This record gives sequence, structure tokens and C-alpha cells, in this order.
Amino acid sequence: MITLGHYLGLSAALFVLSIAGIYINRKNVILLLMCIELLLLAVNFNFIALSRYLDDSVGQVFVFFILTVAAAEAAIGLAILVVLFRSRRSIDVEELDVLKG
Amino acid sequence: MASLVFFYALAAVLLVAATGVITSRNPVFSVLFLVLAFVTSAFLWMLLEAEFLAIVLVLVYVGAVMVLFLFVVMMLDIKEAQLRAGFTRYAPFGIVLGLIMAAELIAALWLRGSQVPILASATPRQAGYSNTKMLGQVLYTEHVYAFELAAFLLLLAIVAAIVLTMRRRPGLKVQDVARQVAVRREDRVRLVKMQPETRQ
Repeated sequence: MITLGHYLGLSAALFVLSIAGIYINRKNVILLLMCIELLLLAVNFNFIALSRYLDDSVGQVFVFFILTVAAAEAAIGLAILVVLFRSRRSIDVEELDVLKG
Repeated sequence: MASLVFFYALAAVLLVAATGVITSRNPVFSVLFLVLAFVTSAFLWMLLEAEFLAIVLVLVYVGAVMVLFLFVVMMLDIKEAQLRAGFTRYAPFGIVLGLIMAAELIAALWLRGSQVPILASATPRQAGYSNTKMLGQVLYTEHVYAFELAAFLLLLAIVAAIVLTMRRRPGLKVQDVARQVAVRREDRVRLVKMQPETRQ
């Protein structure tokens, strides 16, 4: 039988992979956004698994709202990215040092 | 037993796809690996009997958000070599950080394992149970304010994305609809009185 521990372990592995991805790809803004989507997916896994095994529907409602917020975040993030690329011709994070004192 | 085999197969695909997202050389492949990760997650959510959210994940994420990512990745002209420059330098730090975090998560699961039924198996649903119906019943009664707030948030995201990406290029020939509508007859038509001409 699949236990709750299986799902929690899988979601922990996914979370760790995407945290490592944020550090590895920290020059590319698009990959950072993608790693954030993976992080949210790992969190959603926890919510759904706990909702199923503790028999509580609120977990699934929460996942519904996380999906909404993540979609809005992706839309605005990509819009900012397009504007950034249009003005600077690059999406390298390390070149964004205009505000450095 | 069959569900356990399914679980391990899907989990393996999911972890391979996530590794592909963070290590592939080309951003387009990263997006495609992310699509694979989302589809595999939808299957796993089906295994957890969260059917509505699994379908929403495929429709909203794969259908809309990932296509948006794909458009942006293909629209921007990204130089790969420049962006991959720090890969080998940052990789050891990322792996060490990941291992530390994995150890912390395992420790947390270990310590809290007595309070959360980690080794329990799910209670089977009775016949006639509908996940979508259950979610709708809770969403439109208990959580209706949060639901309306989410709708407002999506509206805000639409407006913000349009305002951010709209630009006015100088020298572009466009119609000014307000001026077109506000034009009066006297501005355009001039009546001239003249003698009728006689035929030669």
C-alpha cells in the first residue's frame, strides 16, 4: 500500500531539487521562475497528500488557491521579464546592479 | 500492489523531469521537462483521488502557464553560453545546500512521525463519492470570500500584465478614435454657392 510517507518523501525530494536548481541556475531569470513553479508543485503535493490521508477537504481548497496565485505570479513575472529584456537586451541577474550604491 | 508500482514509476519520472528542468542546457528543453513534471504530477494526484485538481493542473498549468513560458522563452533571444557560465561554479554549493535541506526535512519527518500517521494507508472512499462535488460544496459556502478574492487577484494579474507590456513606439501611425468620434460636420464639409454653368 502507498502510505503518507511515500508522498511526503517524494514532495521533499522535489522541493530539495528545485531549491538546488535555484542556486545552480541563478543567472537565468526564466529558470528561476520555473524553479519557483516546481517549489509550489512540491508544496501542493504535501497539501493534497495530507488532505487525502487525514480526510480533510480544506487541503484541496488551499491547493486551488495556490494554483490561482501561481498563475497570476507567472503572468506578472513573465511580463516583467519581457519588459526587462526589451530595455536591457539581457536577462542575466548579475547585470541588474543599477541600484547598487 | 499495482498502485505501489504505479506510484514508484510516476515518482521516478517526476524526479527525472525535475532534474532535467534544472540541468538542461537549452531553456526550451527546461520548459518541456517542466510540462512533463506537471503531467506526471497530475497522474499522481489522480492516484490520490484529487481528480478535480489533477484536471485543473493539466488545463491551467500545461495549457496556459507553460505555453506562456514557452512563448516567452522562444521570443527572447537568449545567449546560452553566457547564461551557463557559472554552472560548474555554483553546482557544488547548490548540491551541498540541497543535501542539508534534505537532511532537515528527513529529520522533521522523523521527529514528527509519531504525531502524523506517516505509515497509515488511506481510508477507501465510499461508493458515489465525488471529489468535484465535495470541493464545490466547500468552496462556495465556507470559503466564498477567499474565492472572490482569488477572482479579483486574477483580474489584477490581467491588468498588470497588459499595463506592463504595452508600449507606445514614437512615429507609429495610429487612429485616434476619440478625435474621430468628436469631429463635427463644420470641420469637414464646406458648402459653396455658385452660379449654374450654362451648356456651351
